[in-house]
Amino acid sequence: MGDLQIKKTPKQYDVVIVGSGAGGGMASYVLSRAGLKVCLLEAGPMYDPAKNITQLKGPWESPRRGASTNFRPFGDFDACYNGWEIDGEPYTHKDKTEWRWWRARMLGGRTNHWGRISLRFGPKDFKRKSIDGLGEDWPIGYEDIKPYYDTIDKLIGVFGTNEGLDNDPDGIFLPPPKPRLHELMIKKAATGIGVPVIPSRLSILTKALPDNKDRKACFFCSQCNRGCMVYGDFSSSSVLIKPAMATGNIDVIANAMAREVLTNKEGLATGISYINKDDMMEYQVNGKVVILAASACESSRLMLNSKSQRHPNGIGNSSNVVGKYLHDSTGAAMGGYLPNLFGRKRYNEDGVGGMHVYTPWWLDNKKLDFPRGYHIEYWGGMSMPAYGFGFGIEGMNGKYAVAGKTKDAGGYGAALKQDYRHYWGAGVGMAGRGEAIPREDSYCEIDPNVVDKFGIPVLRFHTEWSDYEVKQAKHMKETFREIMHEMGAVITWGDDGPENNYGLDKPGVIIHEAGTARMGSNPKTSALNKWNQAHDCKNLFVVDGAAFTSQADKNITWTILALSMRASEYIISELKKNNL
Amino acid sequence: MDRRKSIKAIALGTVGAGILATACNPADKKEDTTAALPAANFDRTPEEAARDNKIAADKFLTEHELATITVLADIIIPKDEVSGSASEAGVPAFIAFIVKDMPHYQTPLRGGLRWLDVQMMNQYNNAFKDCTPAQQIAMVDQIAYPEKAKPAMSQGVQFFNTMRNLTATGFYTTQMGVKDLGYMGNQPNQWNGVPDDVLKQYGLAYSEKELKECISFDVQK
Repeated sequence: MGDLQIKKTPKQYDVVIVGSGAGGGMASYVLSRAGLKVCLLEAGPMYDPAKNITQLKGPWESPRRGASTNFRPFGDFDACYNGWEIDGEPYTHKDKTEWRWWRARMLGGRTNHWGRISLRFGPKDFKRKSIDGLGEDWPIGYEDIKPYYDTIDKLIGVFGTNEGLDNDPDGIFLPPPKPRLHELMIKKAATGIGVPVIPSRLSILTKALPDNKDRKACFFCSQCNRGCMVYGDFSSSSVLIKPAMATGNIDVIANAMAREVLTNKEGLATGISYINKDDMMEYQVNGKVVILAASACESSRLMLNSKSQRHPNGIGNSSNVVGKYLHDSTGAAMGGYLPNLFGRKRYNEDGVGGMHVYTPWWLDNKKLDFPRGYHIEYWGGMSMPAYGFGFGIEGMNGKYAVAGKTKDAGGYGAALKQDYRHYWGAGVGMAGRGEAIPREDSYCEIDPNVVDKFGIPVLRFHTEWSDYEVKQAKHMKETFREIMHEMGAVITWGDDGPENNYGLDKPGVIIHEAGTARMGSNPKTSALNKWNQAHDCKNLFVVDGAAFTSQADKNITWTILALSMRASEYIISELKKNNL
Repeated sequence: MDRRKSIKAIALGTVGAGILATACNPADKKEDTTAALPAANFDRTPEEAARDNKIAADKFLTEHELATITVLADIIIPKDEVSGSASEAGVPAFIAFIVKDMPHYQTPLRGGLRWLDVQMMNQYNNAFKDCTPAQQIAMVDQIAYPEKAKPAMSQGVQFFNTMRNLTATGFYTTQMGVKDLGYMGNQPNQWNGVPDDVLKQYGLAYSEKELKECISFDVQK
């Protein structure tokens, strides 16, 4: 052990934050701008969408034509580093369960990956137990969080429309883009059978924000997943951490893999120990307050691995709920093509990076055989060709006449080239994203036998869907089938039945992990109070998806941002009062 | 070696001699000549760049296999009045890379190419690439139409499906292929909605609400 030593940073920070995604980014932004001295630890490298560019590259510029790799599971041009598997950083499963764990290791975390879908939770989403008796109510309500949603709408920018829906609250919106052609067809078909279709709500600047010179308006290249060089969409690195760094109050330490929350004799957090992945040395950094925002599971892993005399179960875990109630959004999808779009006229249809319309949950669960709702996301049209283009044309080109002639399926030559042109741009698809019920027996815990390459004990997962989620997926498929039929689309995939749980994705696949250090009023059944503050350790906060008591039929990023901003303001005020 | 002998050699599995074996023996043939990748012009971590360069430098396909793939790719995507051929668009080099990047292609492709050569040896006493264009097309016609092909050809059909997939993907993801399709995006734009003539064609229109609420730009269409 001659060379191994623990290097202690002499600087005393006000706040040490672990993780730079939506939660950690927002905490960095609010706290550094308030003049606090902040240290931000990120397990991956630095990243700036204006410098680390994959945007506006043609498919030919990738030797694999945009196909995925283990390092970029969503394609060679995707902004996000890492994903399902990371060399030397395993995770394990119990009882043949199948949680899939996405880990984005880079500045900005998963905000480099997500679809910019920015939905507020509605009033009912905080009080589900009161409505259906399942799960737990949040210790806060919509009225507590609304002012933060309002601030974030203005600060970050989101387009959408005020529809006056009771559980999909209005916001402060930029104008949405007009629907694309297939979206108009979807809207016509879906509304015809009673499924509402409204403008989507994405954090993309269809107009430049007033008072923000650092970010420009969207130029409609449809590539938000590649990161935006003009910062026209939201990612934590460009929108939150960059301005935080401009204050001079924050030190960002990249490639810093957190090992443990350090505590003193009284059981209060004193800082974080971490490994610097560049020199593989052990470091400690100290702060008056510690904020975890490493992703729901990674934050709970840190808590469970931070054992001490005062916290024998892991820090903030006297309730024994840390790691429990792990849940993801449900997901199921269906796709095919619209024969009436064959041979369509060409024009630039890119639009913003994602759907221009979507379907919020529209039904009453009291009349259904499953308890919670889902929203529907749509796609299709003339998108940029990439690896996979043209695959399986032999399943299609014997069925439809091209230039007045029906040919045998398959084929080759000039006639086949005609077919590729004819069919291109006719694809259409849709996916449901629904609310699962958080359960005590869906959890992550420390695997007693396995460590990662840094010597940190790893997570072992035990997550299963219940009948509720399966029935919800069944309902999704029935709805999709109806919409596809109504619009004259041919279904080519996703027409699933009970044999595979209606195509319900494995838990974790939708990458909305939440619930593993849930907030609540009762310290015996929750890890955090309503300020994202550990019941057992007043200067420890968790501001990622771990804090979620339940996660609604909405993507969780906007609510992570709102809760993190709210917790950060609380920290500022408590520090002023010398309460932390 | 006469045709009969070479067939016998194949039938006996003694592939140490004969045209086919010589042509396909990696030991005494130069392997695929894919050049090292030019430096990527988009975001790569050092680990990614190293991995891609290693894949590019590795060899898998033999020259014989690559030559056969080139003939097949140009049969699948020939030059026409709109665009050039698969080989003009660099499809063989793409396939040479992708089979190394995605090893699940290796056995089906190598085995499928050999299956094809054996068919041609039996019928014409020549490897596929050395047969006449008429002979090549006569063979392709037997494996290019899954619903018409004879059961004895099923492995060939499967192989040709894979070749068709890789050729199409390789072609339509090049500048030439993207232009052929008429994809007009991947550049700064102002999305102003579906063009009026297209709306009319499909009997659709934007609602008052959409026209009022959505972003629009002053562009003369």
